[in-house]
Amino acid sequence: MSDTKKLAIIASQGTLDWGYPPFILASTAAAMDMEAVIFFTFYGLPLLKKELDAKVSPHSNPAMPMKMPFGSKEFQSINWPIPNVISGNVPGFDNMATMLMKETFKKKGVATIEQLRSMCQEFGVRFIACQMTMDVFGFEKEEFIEGVEYGGAATFLEYAADADISLFI
Amino acid sequence: MSEMASNLELNCEGLNCPLPILKTKKAIDSLNSGEILKMTATDPGSVSDMASWAKRTGHELVAHTEASNVHTFFIRKK
Repeated sequence: MSDTKKLAIIASQGTLDWGYPPFILASTAAAMDMEAVIFFTFYGLPLLKKELDAKVSPHSNPAMPMKMPFGSKEFQSINWPIPNVISGNVPGFDNMATMLMKETFKKKGVATIEQLRSMCQEFGVRFIACQMTMDVFGFEKEEFIEGVEYGGAATFLEYAADADISLFI
Repeated sequence: MSEMASNLELNCEGLNCPLPILKTKKAIDSLNSGEILKMTATDPGSVSDMASWAKRTGHELVAHTEASNVHTFFIRKK
């Protein structure tokens, strides 16, 4: 048996914040000469769509810092106290928070999810889409990027049984 | 300190985790065994990350210097 380390990830969340870790870890693992597989299931499936539309929802992440990506350093360091009644009810609040997070990430030199995803594929990371959740949520293969494999729990577990690192995200 | 010779230079200044590592991997892939990659980064996390990356991949981290918050790494391809 080869001594190549193996990483197995289940990506179950498709929001902008939760979408990052699977692609960061899988691309880095591949860059460290490991094998990596990401199994996309439930709300992780949209991360495979050609047109990504991942958003972040501060309402369901109470510990999320709300900071501005522009203005003076002092202004940017303010953590805005947004009451739940606003973050949960004001129309467009998630869109605004998503825009702010994307802008902050860009300014800090963080890759976009699209960039990390294509680097994963370039480095040979395998993407497996959960067939059952696709059927349940009505996703079509045509909506997804090229190079995705399709399978179920057994497909993932067959690989994960020999994995050195297994993560559920 | 005299500058070490390198076969390829990679500027990762301003980039954040994990981009310096991913770009370093791509750059090292383009080199031949024994050749030297010079990589510069401003991400403070790259110090620990580059050491871990080198340890895992077997490429040799020959030198690391820091000046005005810019980290310079010299890596010899295995």
